[in-house]
Amino acid sequence: MLRLSGVNLLTVQNLTVRIEDKLIIDGLNFELAPRERLSILGPNGAGKTVLLKALLNLIPYSGQISWAPEVRLGYVPQKIDADIHLPLTFTDLFRAKCMSLKVSTADLNKVSNSIGLTKELLATPVGHLSGGQFQRGLIAFALIGNPNVLLLDEPTASVDEPGEEHIYELIHRLQQEHHLASIMVSHDVSFVFRYATNVLCLNRQKICFGTPSEALSADVLEKLYAEPMGFYHHDHEHHPNPDASTLTGG
Amino acid sequence: MTIAETYSVVLVLLTAVAAGLVGSFALMKRMSLAGDVVSHIALPGLGIAMLLKVNPLAGAATALLLGTILIWELQKRATMTTDVAIGVIFTAALAIGTVLTPSEDLIEALFGGFQGLTLLWFVAGVLAVSVVVAFVLAFRHKLILSLFSPELAAATGVNVSRLNLYFLLVFSLTVLLGLRFLGSLLVGALIIIPAAIGRQLTHTLTAFLVMSSLASVLSVLIGFSISRFYPHLLIGHFTLNLTLGPAIIAVATVLFLLSLLRKKT
Repeated sequence: MLRLSGVNLLTVQNLTVRIEDKLIIDGLNFELAPRERLSILGPNGAGKTVLLKALLNLIPYSGQISWAPEVRLGYVPQKIDADIHLPLTFTDLFRAKCMSLKVSTADLNKVSNSIGLTKELLATPVGHLSGGQFQRGLIAFALIGNPNVLLLDEPTASVDEPGEEHIYELIHRLQQEHHLASIMVSHDVSFVFRYATNVLCLNRQKICFGTPSEALSADVLEKLYAEPMGFYHHDHEHHPNPDASTLTGG
Repeated sequence: MTIAETYSVVLVLLTAVAAGLVGSFALMKRMSLAGDVVSHIALPGLGIAMLLKVNPLAGAATALLLGTILIWELQKRATMTTDVAIGVIFTAALAIGTVLTPSEDLIEALFGGFQGLTLLWFVAGVLAVSVVVAFVLAFRHKLILSLFSPELAAATGVNVSRLNLYFLLVFSLTVLLGLRFLGSLLVGALIIIPAAIGRQLTHTLTAFLVMSSLASVLSVLIGFSISRFYPHLLIGHFTLNLTLGPAIIAVATVLFLLSLLRKKT
């Protein structure tokens, strides 16, 4: 079969991850095309965070993870247990990242403005920021170094519900503006339907892959979460009851 | 004051600057306990060197190097038993060191003292301080990222494990610098207490680093003056035995208590 693997930003082949002899990810294959917005969906303990860490080369794995040479990664972790007493501000962290990557600090203001981080927030110790402000800081941090692929691990996990919507909107806008491809772990099926171009259902193995409307049938979701789903909400415009379309995952 | 003593005073003040900088990062890395006990492992090295009639600092340096690698390995495992292992190994080191060190040298090995330095030792000391300060300045950005989130630092291309080793080596070098003056029991306190003062009084990173170094220098300056001019201070019927190491740490402790009066926002 002729395959245009050269155009992919990422090719994952037979990825297997074991942690302390426990099989977490088993023989996973998938690809990421330029400007693709891939969501990873799965229940708690399905290996979603582990997958991102393997993609970032933070943990040992077997199989192949091939990033295209032009890829620059930005990473937004699920949450950081930052010491509330750390005298660090996002300005310190942004500068630290610029210096570590040896890139100019000239664009820092532009990045901060595009995320809606005010000078006051940038000068506030990170332990004093709200969940939403902190998350915005992490997203801005990920954008430093001009990445073309974002990896996001449940970026709204520590944000309250109205803030969650803002964060998703922000990420979507940034993807559009910067033409970013992304891989995002999410537990929010409605988000997947609204913003993802493809979805990978993961429960140790690949359960489904494709566009959300094709891949996420009731059968697949039932298999993925191993219990019957009451229903899921598929609405592009309006979500009167966000809870109805939200699955708790981890 | 002789020229040899002047060398000593200058070196202990420079060491204070290094201790303030290293201590600030040690405090942020939440390794104040591990940092404090790493100095204890210098004692068996001192003891063995004294028994073998070789330079005590060479013995301490060897022991510190081994201790550093041991702590680094323990940190990497990051298991629940790390704290236990650190507690056991380093208190054992203290006990073994006390057994090995000739009794006439024990007090000085534990609590330090003040004597003049040759030009050669002074130059070596200044070089060591330069290495510590240069490391902190050159690696501060990577250190900041790794203490905020080791994972995020690694994703940014920082080799966190190697950085931790470098930091521990620099920490041990600072311990070695202060060992002669403060002894293996107290030298860790010169690294941690001024940083705790800095943390209490400041809100930004730069201010924190400056304040920690300042508190360290001030503790050494006042502690040295007290031990120089009032080595046996008489208060009522009590005589306070104010040798250099205990005097410095007593001053640092008083400064820390004063810093607690300032309410943290």
